[in-house]
Amino acid sequence: MSNCAPTTCETCPSPHAELRRLGSKSDHWDHTVALAGNPNVGKSTVFNLLTGLRQHTGNWPGKTVSRAEGAFDLDSRRYKIIDLPGTYSLLGTTPDEEVAREFLLFGKPDVTLVVADATCLERNFILLLQILQITPRVVLCINLLDEARAHGIDIDTRGLSRELGIPVVGTAARRGEGLVELLSAVRDVATGAFVCARQAPEFVPAALREAVGKLSQKLTATYPTMQNPSWIALRLLEGDPRIVAALKNGEFSSTP
Amino acid sequence: MSPTDEILREAESARWELGPRFQDEIAARVSEEASHLASRHMQRKGDGSRIRWQRGLDRVLTSRITGIPAMASIFAIVLWLTIEGSNVPSAMLAELLVDTLHPWLKAHALALGMWPWLAGLLIDGMYLSGAWVVSVMLPPMAIFFPLFTLLEDFGYLPRVAFNLDRLFQKAGAHGKQALTMTMGLGCNAAGVVATRIIDSPRERLIAILTNNFSLCNGRWPTQILMATVFLGAVAPPALAGVVAAGSVFCVAVLGFLFAFGSSWLLSRTVLKGESSTFSLELPPYRPPNLLRTLHTSLVDRTIIVLWRAVVFAVPAGAVIWLSANVSVSGHSLAWWAIGALDPLAWVMGLTGVILFAYVIAIPANEIVVPTILMLTVLVSGTPVADAPGAGVMFEADDSTLHTMLVSAGWTTLTAVCLMLFSLLHNPCSTTLYTIQKETGDWRWTTLAAALPLALGFLVCTAVAFVWRHLAG
Repeated sequence: MSNCAPTTCETCPSPHAELRRLGSKSDHWDHTVALAGNPNVGKSTVFNLLTGLRQHTGNWPGKTVSRAEGAFDLDSRRYKIIDLPGTYSLLGTTPDEEVAREFLLFGKPDVTLVVADATCLERNFILLLQILQITPRVVLCINLLDEARAHGIDIDTRGLSRELGIPVVGTAARRGEGLVELLSAVRDVATGAFVCARQAPEFVPAALREAVGKLSQKLTATYPTMQNPSWIALRLLEGDPRIVAALKNGEFSSTP
Repeated sequence: MSPTDEILREAESARWELGPRFQDEIAARVSEEASHLASRHMQRKGDGSRIRWQRGLDRVLTSRITGIPAMASIFAIVLWLTIEGSNVPSAMLAELLVDTLHPWLKAHALALGMWPWLAGLLIDGMYLSGAWVVSVMLPPMAIFFPLFTLLEDFGYLPRVAFNLDRLFQKAGAHGKQALTMTMGLGCNAAGVVATRIIDSPRERLIAILTNNFSLCNGRWPTQILMATVFLGAVAPPALAGVVAAGSVFCVAVLGFLFAFGSSWLLSRTVLKGESSTFSLELPPYRPPNLLRTLHTSLVDRTIIVLWRAVVFAVPAGAVIWLSANVSVSGHSLAWWAIGALDPLAWVMGLTGVILFAYVIAIPANEIVVPTILMLTVLVSGTPVADAPGAGVMFEADDSTLHTMLVSAGWTTLTAVCLMLFSLLHNPCSTTLYTIQKETGDWRWTTLAAALPLALGFLVCTAVAFVWRHLAG
């Protein structure tokens, strides 16, 4: 597990005690947190747990149709949290996928909290890997641990955290289990106490690497603040119309 | 040439060289890595007992043979619980708000020297219609919403979609329309918003246009009242509750049939096209958290919907009171309006009062019953004690209600046609506003209002014609 080292944790106050749920009062904030994940993994439950809101949750995929916003206060820093609609992928063209992708790209969240269903990690990891290509600042929340236990599934969160280079926290959000660990992980990534260091395996085929490299160099030269030039370069090679439009509109030239 | 254009041009030319295949290759690599990650850090120790009972449950609830009967019985039980369970609390609320508090308020207002017309407008008009809406709506909602939310949290709704998928596909519509229609049982405006889960614009429009055919909560009081007072009364007393619930169930099922029919019609006329395929994940059954379900469904759904109803009912109460008490050429405005609507209403098996009530109740279906009752008192001239203005509601248990409506010219046909018209008429203004917002086109909004209204006219007229023919 990758929250703060035991020695610091003894000195710092319990994050649970310092949590102030602020409901939907998200007028000013220090950090933004995006909540992403597959449909029906309990994103809204995590959202409610953090904000104290009662965004309606339901056991069916597609329940959250538009993004919901809320806020919480932790160690006197204010976090705005955005509950994105659930998607299986970021590359499709459905409105849900567009909302999620759009926000991760242009909303530039400080932390992206990816909620995954512990009972079907493999499918959930596809979205996680896609998100990691856009932003490294990710906290993985493996939710529904209670259900996984009932299914006889055992998950090695430490091992995952080591391999992915990001904090990985197991939760059972319905029971409030794992909230303390989740909060400190989000705080550590937001404040920079934890530096996400993803050793990404190469997904880009060898034949493409040269083209991607050349393009991303040019992108960096033109847009020095761009966070993920090689991902953008790949999208351009695919001819993604939304990215082309964003370049033309100058959406990337704005400061973060 | 700007640097951006240069980049775009370079990407364009590189794309031609590279060909289209690389996207699949990247996707394959990502999913390979995902399964590696999962297999390295996850261990499965055999099937839990939970998986076994879940599979067993799914075998019954989603089978080709038992799936639909199981669904119908679950739905019927929810309905029966709602109707039976809301009887007593409804009567108690009416006793408190209408029979006790209303005369008390009126007497005190007059004693304090309030002008009679103002007391009439405020207390006989606005207060009474609000009080009536609360006592008619609160109990069924407080039972239906928690039951519905329990089913939802348990994971049953996607199974409903699964069972109905084939029917929707035959109608040229999207299987997820079953989900949006189930949401529509609570509130059509919510159902229209829920259609966002349908990706294809064509099928989404069909789902929006036909959502009104799922009988929303605001229309249930009308159905329940008619079913109890007229249809249940025909049956032997022991079976009255079952007959009442059964007839409301039939109307709700009829609504789904109309949804299939009009989806079929739409997909062969204005919204031509094939139904698209989609994958629907059947989530695991999850034990709902009882307390939280109760809380969210009561606070978030019941109170919000009830509040909306009251907000619309209060001004409508004022309109009803005014239309009953402002006279032109010796008769009240309501008298004129009802008289003008009567011929059309007769053709449809209804009465002028009902049609006029539907005009007043455009903002919210919830206030149809109170409006009809208030107007009936006015037109039939039933004397009301201590009421200086016409159009005042009064205590009404089922049998006095029956007597009063019969003396106003109602028959079983009127009740049946009202139940049908309540199912088949334009959506309330909130839903229409939502449709306008979601489609961004007033033509679709108009169609959404005109389609059910036309169907309602046709169906009511046909039923009235055949009924009168058979009755000789």
